[in-house]
Amino acid sequence: MTTYRFTCIVCPLGCAIEVDLKEGKVLGVRGHTCPRGKEWAIQEVMNPKRVVMSVLPVEGGALPTVSVKTAEPVPKERIPELMKFLAGIKLKAPVKIGDVVAEWEGIKIVATRGA
Amino acid sequence: MEPSEIPMLSYDVVVIGGGPAGMAAAARARELGLKVLLLEENDYLGGILPQCIHPGFGIHYFREELTGPEFASRLAKRLVELGVEYKTAARVIEIENYSDLEKVVVFASPGGVCQVWTKAIIYAAGARERHAFEIGIAGDRVSGIYTAGEAQTLMDIYGVLPGKEIVIVGSGDVGLIMARRFALEGAKVKAVVELMPYPGGLARNVMILRDFNIPLYLSHKVVEVRGKGRVQRVKVVKVDENFQEVPGSEFWIEADTLIISAGLIPSVKPLRKIGVEIDPATGGPVVNDRLETSVPGIFAAGNSLVINDLVDYVAEQGELAAEGAREFIENGGIGSRKWVKVEKGPNVRLVVPHYLSGERDVYLYLRVAKPMEDVELRIPEIGKRLRLPVVKPAEMIRFRLKAGEIQRAEGKLTVEVVKA
Ligand SMILES: Cc1cc2nc3c(=O)[nH]c(=O)nc-3n(C[C@H](O)[C@H](O)[C@H](O)COP(=O)(O)OP(=O)(O)OC[C@H]3O[C@@H](n4cnc5c(N)ncnc54)[C@H](O)[C@@H]3O)c2cc1C
Repeated sequence: MTTYRFTCIVCPLGCAIEVDLKEGKVLGVRGHTCPRGKEWAIQEVMNPKRVVMSVLPVEGGALPTVSVKTAEPVPKERIPELMKFLAGIKLKAPVKIGDVVAEWEGIKIVATRGA
Repeated sequence: MEPSEIPMLSYDVVVIGGGPAGMAAAARARELGLKVLLLEENDYLGGILPQCIHPGFGIHYFREELTGPEFASRLAKRLVELGVEYKTAARVIEIENYSDLEKVVVFASPGGVCQVWTKAIIYAAGARERHAFEIGIAGDRVSGIYTAGEAQTLMDIYGVLPGKEIVIVGSGDVGLIMARRFALEGAKVKAVVELMPYPGGLARNVMILRDFNIPLYLSHKVVEVRGKGRVQRVKVVKVDENFQEVPGSEFWIEADTLIISAGLIPSVKPLRKIGVEIDPATGGPVVNDRLETSVPGIFAAGNSLVINDLVDYVAEQGELAAEGAREFIENGGIGSRKWVKVEKGPNVRLVVPHYLSGERDVYLYLRVAKPMEDVELRIPEIGKRLRLPVVKPAEMIRFRLKAGEIQRAEGKLTVEVVKA
């Protein structure tokens, strides 16, 4: 059995939550104050996801890069792959904030700064 | 240029700084019918927001989680829609205070030096970062030492990775967010070194260290940098409860880059020059509940008032300062007769604003000195009590006092954070 310990980030309470995991199954969750915390902690051990941000080079803009984010959270272990994909992209101005500038495995890459 | 040839402009209010505080102030001032000019030294508006590409902005102000550039662009759009006059590449070099309603702002821009007459000033120039020498790091003068903000600008505005093997000093939100950016971009973050016995940032940002397996050294400090031309290694040493170095505990980490993220200090030089009173606890000016400084008609907001961790509070302060400026101009001054002084009690490191009139409801912003659980925020003079499950120096506490509550106080209010 493995026990994962972390601080909950659902609200400012910051509960110290522990999750026991054996062969891919959750055996127990401790330390949470509310059901949302419990749910978050389970998701965090089973399938952690993150919204990913980066910058892409842009030609002809006021600044040399455009900042981007994924339109939805990406499984944590696939982030290095996504970063490699992003490293191959170059954009041309004009780019508007909110534009979808690329797509990776069905996940939209959205510009968060214009150029 | 002859003095008579110097262009003379005239405004009701000049806002210094085009970050979120300044943009919110300028927009509100315009909404209130004032003739306003915003001056920003960068080539673009937004302050530090365009370089903060991570999410976490605007949850209160726009009720939506935005990245820094997105938050900035919403405010900038509002400025344009309202027709606010602004100049970028315009660096304010001096403020002159002739009388309550006669002030001059001198700024330099590619077109030359310019003077503007104005009745009121909203100072929103943000903060500066503490440098390596301020935190006692000795050693070689080498390249590869950056403040977090410099590294962030390089990476997220110019697209340049500042190094490959990185040690970060400071585990506040800024240091942690930089750790994530470096790790995502393929650099190896070898350590985050924190002087205090607990991490300085929000829990959601401390999680970043686990995401990327970055070691965090609490109660440690970087004391020395060595290298030929470029950083090659840094010396780390453990400290005891009194921050004294523990003999024999030092070790070296190989790295080509050292990032200093050791906190921000309100940038107040032009205010000091004209005699604005500064609070040693915040590093920013002493203000009343309209955010007016000790010099009548000069208001302050955002990080030059107090270091904020949420942009939402920064924008709120900008708007409040604008309302203060309107009142000041209409009445020829802030005419409150009686001021209640806000004093710091146990475990309160700073609190803003410093003087309350009791004529209006007010938000107080405070930081505690040390982390505590199960506490009450109390103001004994008026019997105010507020239950708080956790308090941390990294998280600013904001709470509202009603005008009526303030009126009950006689001369002063003491804010304390004590065990419930
Ligand atoms: C790395 C980092 C990450 C952050 N992350 C978050 C987050 O996730 N969520 C959140 O809500 N908040 C976050 N914050 C906090 C928030 O963004 C800041 O508190 C806020 O941007 C401060 O705004 P400001 O307008 O006071 O100052 P700034 O944004 O610093 O703007 C000040 C402006 O004044 C200009 N200026 C200075 N001097 C002069 C002069 N003499 N003449 C003309 N112009 C001048 C500067 O060029 C600058 O543009 C973060 C802050 C940092 C540093």
